[in-house]
Amino acid sequence: MIKFDRVSKTYPGGQQALQQVDFHIEPGEMAFLTGHSGAGKSTILKLISLMARPSVGNVLINGHNLNDIKLSQVPYIRRDIGMIFQSHQLLMDKTVFDNVALPLVIEGYSRKQIQKRVSAALDMVGLLHKIQQLPLALSGGEQQRVGIARAVVNRPPLLLADEPTGNLDPKLSMEIMQLFEDFNQAGVSVFVATHDLGLIARMKYRTLTIKQGRMIDDGLNDQQDPLAEAPDLHDPNMPPVTKLPPKYTS
Amino acid sequence: MSLLFNGRTGDKTTRRVGFFQRVVMGGINHLRQALASLGELWRSPLATFMTIGVLGLSITLPSTLYLMVKNTEKVTAGWEEAGEISLYLQSGTTEQQAKQLLVAVSLMTSKIDDARLIPPDIALEEFETLSGLGDSLAYLDKNPLPYVLLITPKAEYLQPEPARRLLKELEQQSVVDFGKLDIEWLEKLYAIVSIAKDIVWIVAILLCVSVVLIIGNTIRLNILSQREEIAVMKLVGATDNFIRFPFLYTGFWYGFLGGLLAWMLVAFLLWWIQSGVENLAGLYQAEFTISGLDMQALGVILLISISLGLIGSLISVQKHIKEIEPS
Repeated sequence: MIKFDRVSKTYPGGQQALQQVDFHIEPGEMAFLTGHSGAGKSTILKLISLMARPSVGNVLINGHNLNDIKLSQVPYIRRDIGMIFQSHQLLMDKTVFDNVALPLVIEGYSRKQIQKRVSAALDMVGLLHKIQQLPLALSGGEQQRVGIARAVVNRPPLLLADEPTGNLDPKLSMEIMQLFEDFNQAGVSVFVATHDLGLIARMKYRTLTIKQGRMIDDGLNDQQDPLAEAPDLHDPNMPPVTKLPPKYTS
Repeated sequence: MSLLFNGRTGDKTTRRVGFFQRVVMGGINHLRQALASLGELWRSPLATFMTIGVLGLSITLPSTLYLMVKNTEKVTAGWEEAGEISLYLQSGTTEQQAKQLLVAVSLMTSKIDDARLIPPDIALEEFETLSGLGDSLAYLDKNPLPYVLLITPKAEYLQPEPARRLLKELEQQSVVDFGKLDIEWLEKLYAIVSIAKDIVWIVAILLCVSVVLIIGNTIRLNILSQREEIAVMKLVGATDNFIRFPFLYTGFWYGFLGGLLAWMLVAFLLWWIQSGVENLAGLYQAEFTISGLDMQALGVILLISISLGLIGSLISVQKHIKEIEPS
């Protein structure tokens, strides 16, 4: 589904964000991407969603090289990718309905179809009763769920999430992750960037780790899992760890 | 349309729609967007009113000047038709000689439409009634006016140059003292009107450019104030065109409303001037109504102002929507 082929990215000003990154995520797979702030997680997501272009190397989605995509085609690529952000990126002066309907309006769906699909998407995230409210009236977790409803409303085959649980307490984070699991079980490929290692540990999905722009673990080889040194993280009764373990930061 | 995933189509395409229906749907969509833009303007009435006011005033000035020039032309066009040559005969001319000249001139049918002899006593009578100097003229002991031959040249001799040649020819006749062609002051008037026309054009062009700049800048501010919204729309796959149209419609409405305001202002100004013009025309014993502000003028004003609005917004939209990218 997503394939990075020796991708490097240097931002204007010489900051090297990614160096020779290689990985492949299969269709229908659910995977996590983890690493420090500034390690390159966001850059990887930006390269997938065409908010940035690689300096060297190729990014492929479903076998299509994104380097071949012209600027005018970028919007059509983004319609195939549901994107979820830590900062929600909701329109604060529009109702929940209008926010979730936006991708459908852009694609030119009929009014009836929009009604139906928005209701279905909001029902999935449990916010159907807030359909006419403004996002400002919702809690952080609810806003994030509105963002998720918007990302899935046109049923994209690929879901990207950038720190979707960044501002949420552990219980809400778990609920969000369970939503992602539901979508994944419905056949959607899900790729989540997060530094919430406790959450990742409880989910037991493939985890890719990036450090200073290099992929140090693509989650496939049987190497010692860097998280395995903190075994109590796997205990579901433990309070979730939202900070990086000291071992990891050193 | 999906570039990455073959066969991924939304429900919207499962039912095939005909070309006609798609055109209708597109039209309805555009109408909806246009009305949404109008609603957006309505939501900030003060700012909208100020922008429209500036546009209206900018368009009013050249429109009014244009109508004035047009009306001046209408007036002077009437004068040109009345181009007559007056031949004043020498003071000692007898009635016999004058009549002979009339016959001679009347025979020049290739150049002259009509010739009329005005004897001195009739000329004096006419002068008395028209000039209002009746009483003072009574003090004259003898009629000082000569015989006058009024000649209406054929249409092709009404232009300044041929008329002047005809005048020279007529002046060579015997007993003619001198001829008068009332064309020099007309030429001066034409020169003045033509300068006025140039000024109208210059003012119009300057103000039209300013209208484009005002609308461009207003739309630019609109775009920048919706920067985040635009970024979000781009994130979820909006094309530049999709984002562009609401702003183009805003420019359209600014132009339309500004043009409408301008038309009303011009109508008001003309109504104001009208009484003064009537007064002046009355002094010349004529009737004159300022014309030109009809439905056609409204159409032209609206067409121009809407075009200016679209040009202004197009410039802004082309430049700024590309710059906003999600990050």
